[in-house]
Amino acid sequence: MAKLNMVKALNLALLQEMERDPDVLVIGEDVGVDGGVFRVTEDLHRKFGATRVVDSPLAEAGIVGTAVGMALYGLKPVCEIQFSGFAFQCFHQIENHMARYRMRTQGRFACQMVVRMPYGGGVRALEHHSESEEQFYAHIPGLKMVIPSGPRNARALLAAAIRDPDPVIFFEAKALYHAAKEDVPDEIETMEIGRAHVDRPGRDLTLVAYGAMLRVAREAAERLHEEDGVEVEIVDLLTISPLDRETLTASVRKTGRAVIVHEAPRSFGPGAEIATSIMEGAFLSLEAPIRRVTAYDVPFVGFARERANVPDTARVLAACRETLAF
Amino acid sequence: MNERAAMPRTIIEPQFTVEHLSILDSDGTLDSALEPDIAPEELKRLYRAMRVGRRFDERMLRLQRQGRIGTFAPIKGQEASQIGSVATLRRTDWMVPSFRETAAMLWRGWSMQRILEFFAGRLEGGRPAPEQRDLPICIPVGTQLPHAVGLAYAAQYRGDDAIVMVYCGDGATSEGDFHEAMNFAGVWHLPLVFVVQNNQWAISVPLKKQTHSRTIAQKALAYGFPGIQVDGNDVLAVYVASREAVDRARAGDGPTLIECVTYRLSMHTTSDDPTKYRSAEEVEAWERKDPLTRFGAYLEQRHLLDPDLDEGIDAEITRAVEAFESLPPADPLVMFDHAYAARPPALDAERAEMAARLAQAPSAAAPPSGDEAPLSPERQSPPMRGQRRPWRS
Repeated sequence: MAKLNMVKALNLALLQEMERDPDVLVIGEDVGVDGGVFRVTEDLHRKFGATRVVDSPLAEAGIVGTAVGMALYGLKPVCEIQFSGFAFQCFHQIENHMARYRMRTQGRFACQMVVRMPYGGGVRALEHHSESEEQFYAHIPGLKMVIPSGPRNARALLAAAIRDPDPVIFFEAKALYHAAKEDVPDEIETMEIGRAHVDRPGRDLTLVAYGAMLRVAREAAERLHEEDGVEVEIVDLLTISPLDRETLTASVRKTGRAVIVHEAPRSFGPGAEIATSIMEGAFLSLEAPIRRVTAYDVPFVGFARERANVPDTARVLAACRETLAF
Repeated sequence: MNERAAMPRTIIEPQFTVEHLSILDSDGTLDSALEPDIAPEELKRLYRAMRVGRRFDERMLRLQRQGRIGTFAPIKGQEASQIGSVATLRRTDWMVPSFRETAAMLWRGWSMQRILEFFAGRLEGGRPAPEQRDLPICIPVGTQLPHAVGLAYAAQYRGDDAIVMVYCGDGATSEGDFHEAMNFAGVWHLPLVFVVQNNQWAISVPLKKQTHSRTIAQKALAYGFPGIQVDGNDVLAVYVASREAVDRARAGDGPTLIECVTYRLSMHTTSDDPTKYRSAEEVEAWERKDPLTRFGAYLEQRHLLDPDLDEGIDAEITRAVEAFESLPPADPLVMFDHAYAARPPALDAERAEMAARLAQAPSAAAPPSGDEAPLSPERQSPPMRGQRRPWRS
């Protein structure tokens, strides 16, 4: 057991998966000698060499397209896209090919591979370095879309993603990379993809969050407990797609109220699917309209205005209080 | 003031050349100094495969015009480019097609029935046989090229002897994926052969509007590996260049680009009307360079031509068409089987929803076996000049 931040925890998952399976390799820009711009792949090249920790030319479609070919051959590549804002240069490889090879070949080939990308704001970064675009990937059949919320689940989910027979988009919140440390077991640990986690039990309201927004949800829940005597249940999604509808609806059947928090813009975002799933599964339990606390429907706003756009505790608190008062 | 420093502009003289190879001209005249040593049986096999490609293409066009299959991309005129290259692979090598490689795919072991299924909208047509090292048809232009890079990397990583051959057209050479794949292949020195079938037209856009390069072959030079241009209608030239490239790849000497200068004698796809953008004179000039005519003449001179060849080929095609047409209707529920390795709960629920609907009204979801209503002749593209109007035959 060691106290690790998310960067070190992800590094541990890569190290251990590469040790246990020679078919696992890492490919991306600056992942070798440099250890990745966020240091997630630090020292892996020293241990595994340049053919397994591949510093690729600077081309996202080349990285993902090459990894698709590697996966079709039977390798298990883990791609790093330096920032999720640059993934549109490989989006066609993800949507047209990575997600579809199993279907297109009726099971003869599939892409067991992971595409890791840092996403989200909170680090005073430039355009294309701060956005949340999970909705694009969550909408693609054939893909799985995972967003951990802390070091321990990041490590366990990345290990699970590498072993998953389907292609996984793995988003890492930049705001969490160097945030809190957690106890992370030394021995290999995995978590089931497709399962949400009840992060805090409660009876009065369900707060749905994931990634960096989990912190915001926890702060809001704590204040509601202290200031209002309200017990909020937090559902940490962990997997965006396939969505764990069972855990969501079970929670709302109990609480009767739901607020959804995400950093992605509101319209057609994950909140819409989450709200519909709750409505379909817990309609008769609902005591109030489901609310969404999200970024607004505007393109990148610049970090000088980012705090006004990305959900914070005050906005979540206000939405919860309105929902409770309905 | 200092003396002027001696830092002149210097010229880096790249010692780059691009060869053009031609062995058998359109009259069947041979440059005997370049004639490759290919066993007579192999020559006959190559010719038969080219004829199979031509005859199957013609039959598919009729099937499409009759509404029995959907849109497809005819290969007419490109048989030498495809067979001359693919024939240099071993079964254990990988072949990555674009969407106009029917002849090459048949050579690699795809059955005619599978290909018909593919163009009849059945995904079963994209499933290679278990032992086949072939990727399925790839429709977005050029996007298959990085996959070939990954396969080649993986072969090298595993220490396998396998090499990879990937196809694309002249239009694909404008795509970013083409350049990314070429660059990666060069940097990593991969066992990979790029075959560009330069058929002069990307739908309606001619080569001169596609690239300002003198050749497509020379694009390889920018990525640090050789490119060669061959007469793509000369199967001997394509074969020789491909064998050299395959040998280089297998020996660990890296990738090669082969530009096959050929011509799409037919339409881009069956939805296209080439009379709109190119002249009959141009097409006729290329018809005189037909790869089958010249190779046939060469074989005739060598007494290797089988007069009954087409008869056997046509019978094989007919059997495949009959097998294809006797397939039961596509079972809609199969659509839920290969989205994921294991169905997530929500997909299970969607499948159950469809199963219930099918149980109530089986005909509601099951399309007729043709899967597509025949087009009326008025709605179809006119055939090329000189072609028969197939729906009247």
